[in-house]
Amino acid sequence: MENIDDTRVMDEQTLDQLQRAAFGYFAQTVNPVNGLVADTTRENCPCSIAVVGFALSAYPVAVERGWMTRADAVERSVTALRFFRDSDQSGSPDATGFKGFYYHFLSMDTGARVWRSELSMVDTALFIAGALTAASYFTAHTADEIELRELAELLYRRVDWRWAQDEQGVIRQGWKPECGFLHYVWQGYNEAIVLYVLALGSPTHALEGSGYEAWTVTYQWENLYDYDFLYAGPLFIHQFSHAWIDLRGIQDRFMREKQSDYFENSRRAVMVQREYARRNPNEFAGYDEYCWGLTACDGPNDGMPELGQRSAPRQHLFGYAARGVPYGPDDGTMSGWAALASLPFAPDIVLRTASTMLQRYPEMLSEQRYTSSFNPSLPGRGADAWVSTGHFGLDQGILIMMIENYRTGMIWRLMRECPYIGIGLRRAGFRGGWL
Amino acid sequence: MSMPRSIRPHSEAPEDAYERERLDSVRPADWHNPQPAPRYDLVIIGAGSAGQVAAYAAAALGARVALVEHNLFGGNCLNIGCVPSKSLIRTSRVYAEMRNAEQYGVQRPADIQVDFAAVMRRMRGIRARISRAASVHRLVAANVDVFFGDARFTDSDSLTVGDTPLQFKKALIATGARPDTPSIPGLAESGYFTNETIFNITEAPRRLLVIGGGPLGCEMAQAFCRFGVHTIIVQERPLFLPREERDAAQILADSFARDGMEIRLNCKAVAVRAENGEKLVDLISDDYRSTVAVDAILTGTGRVPNVDELNLDAAGVAYDNTVGVHIDDFLRTDNHRIYAAGDACLPDKFNHTADASARIAIRNALQSGHERLSELVIPWCTYTDPEIAHVGMYVRQALEHEIPVKTFTVPMHDVDRAITDDDEMGFVKIHVREGTDQILGATIVARHAGEMINEITLAMVAGVGLSTIARTIHSYGTQAEGIKLAADAYERTRTAAATGSRSES
Repeated sequence: MENIDDTRVMDEQTLDQLQRAAFGYFAQTVNPVNGLVADTTRENCPCSIAVVGFALSAYPVAVERGWMTRADAVERSVTALRFFRDSDQSGSPDATGFKGFYYHFLSMDTGARVWRSELSMVDTALFIAGALTAASYFTAHTADEIELRELAELLYRRVDWRWAQDEQGVIRQGWKPECGFLHYVWQGYNEAIVLYVLALGSPTHALEGSGYEAWTVTYQWENLYDYDFLYAGPLFIHQFSHAWIDLRGIQDRFMREKQSDYFENSRRAVMVQREYARRNPNEFAGYDEYCWGLTACDGPNDGMPELGQRSAPRQHLFGYAARGVPYGPDDGTMSGWAALASLPFAPDIVLRTASTMLQRYPEMLSEQRYTSSFNPSLPGRGADAWVSTGHFGLDQGILIMMIENYRTGMIWRLMRECPYIGIGLRRAGFRGGWL
Repeated sequence: MSMPRSIRPHSEAPEDAYERERLDSVRPADWHNPQPAPRYDLVIIGAGSAGQVAAYAAAALGARVALVEHNLFGGNCLNIGCVPSKSLIRTSRVYAEMRNAEQYGVQRPADIQVDFAAVMRRMRGIRARISRAASVHRLVAANVDVFFGDARFTDSDSLTVGDTPLQFKKALIATGARPDTPSIPGLAESGYFTNETIFNITEAPRRLLVIGGGPLGCEMAQAFCRFGVHTIIVQERPLFLPREERDAAQILADSFARDGMEIRLNCKAVAVRAENGEKLVDLISDDYRSTVAVDAILTGTGRVPNVDELNLDAAGVAYDNTVGVHIDDFLRTDNHRIYAAGDACLPDKFNHTADASARIAIRNALQSGHERLSELVIPWCTYTDPEIAHVGMYVRQALEHEIPVKTFTVPMHDVDRAITDDDEMGFVKIHVREGTDQILGATIVARHAGEMINEITLAMVAGVGLSTIARTIHSYGTQAEGIKLAADAYERTRTAAATGSRSES
């Protein structure tokens, strides 16, 4: 890019259009029979339980913004929650769940496990967070809204978080009927705050011991590019828990000692992304302080030649991967939605960045909705940059929620009213602020 | 002179001039054990790094010293460890740079043919040269009685070498360690290499499976991959080098991927069988099973101490086959006449740790010293590309001890010399006690991290903090400037705190 200031701040109308377009994903990919929502718009894509959680959180936003009637939102939410209530919880290889947890990917039609996927603790947590969001919003004394709240309560109470703890008390990442618990454990800061808060706040199977402390002891507090922050490379880690939990001004033990909080930390993560993009150590096309967004996203490795890149030297290309700064992986792929989903943390910077990125690479949108990612270092099909095909549910969900939290704080407010969140936060050692 | 035991040089390497020179240094064919002294001030079992250092140090004190070795002088490091592996790694880097020549503005050679026999010949030449410093003859010249044979304790103050009894006032067990072979059904029948045998080959396998993602497995896997061998590395844990920081292990995995290595993390080899001249290895990762076909297998799954054939019970020395000889912080065994040093008793099985522990043992055993093992500051390095070096505490260890810790991180892409050298993959992370400049530890991932970590080690030993490092002029145009940049970042936070501004702004 030449040294011409082509940056501009995104206006309210564009923000509204992007948020509404993101919501369109859920209307497009839901199975109205069982309420399940597809992981992506790609052909024959199964349901992701996390995306269902985002959908359940997005319906109240859609009601408030007039994109959906309250009755439709309740019906869609109840349909999904009923499905999970009645689902096969035997833990067999083609069941839907076990111990109140659910397999990561389910058949859109039957809800049975697909892709030999794992029983996923964090994705179950994102689903439950969505259920509790819906329960906090739909508070009318009508039969269907009462049922919705009871279903959410039942599903939350059924999750046996304690079963998923390892010897140190840390929550395991997954389980499969074929081999038991997976070897992977949560190491370092990641999106698991919402998981721990829900697990600690459970009225039935609350975590025992000091699992949360055992997790935070793996944190890395780093001074990087002159910013002190709790390190995590991909942006989504700095966003997911914040979609539901208002982490402004409240501190756990770790953050008290650092005289910071997780919200401020996410702001600094934005600054670190900007600094990395400004430095652009791999000399990828497009990177600068107003064009960034390295996160977990789709990538161009499938069928893309290594040669033919525009500006960078030969670089290993990745498919769906958790891209991050400053250590990578980084193959020149960015996510426009990931930059915009940091809106609550650094509004001025993010509004200018998101607008500038769209102005420079409008092809990152398809059907006016953010694709998973784009890569200006690689030639696209007639467009300037390679662009991921279709849309991904996680991207749309986080975008709707974070834009809404920026605009009205609605999701945060709803979850502050959910007693389990407060209990979980306090058990994790959070104090101060709205707590 | 006592009757010599049968001299059987334990080497299967090609018998060229280099090997003849090495064996003449480390196990002379015409060797005859000397007539033993009535009683030695010190008997050392094992002539690896720890044993030789101890022998020289004790002899320099005027002690009557016997050194017993059952195989080759120089131990693992010289014969089957650091020296041969580093020689191979250097050549493998040359091949990697040839393939990536365009990255440096150089035309890539049209036809890169790996002359593996030449690679190994160079290694043997280097090993022979370095063996001169570890030679039997030098020890003898230093007034050390050298015995070849198997040592077995017979009492609390005596042992035998073969049929020859040796009496001692003090003894030092420095018998080192050997490869720990995984118990995989069919592995032994199908044949495999360890670091004891891999350096003897003269022809590269077409396909190699490396079992184990620790330092040895990672170093050799990358080297063979760069020699054009289709290399698969299998690691049971989700990341390589599980002891190291996640980012370091992740960078290494990325580097392996760039080299074209086939990476199988969170994966275990469960069975091996030989069929039609190839080895079929069954792998399992959670619930996914697969089979790979290779021509050779290298195991690098750790090492176990050489303690089980010493008849330690007769000497009243406690031990087990996992930890090795049980020692206290002064390197004493339960029998206070007997000390241990190096791989035979230490969890950190490094050449330099063996050296340092041997020096402590000698001072404590012969000079009434009270030096503690726990006071050592021990760096280490895995010599992959990039290298991964560490010293002191990890963040997790500090937090487990409730020590508030802050890390100053400099990515290598901020270091000018790393940019000019195209060595930007990596970082300098220096951990300090928060609110102070006291260095608790550091991890460096860089092309020459092993060289760079020594500055941090010196600072820790000398009690030098980041402020002093920041005031120390570092030559411009060195990758070690990354350390200075981390110290400068610390200084900026200090200044910001003093002025009430934020370092980030």
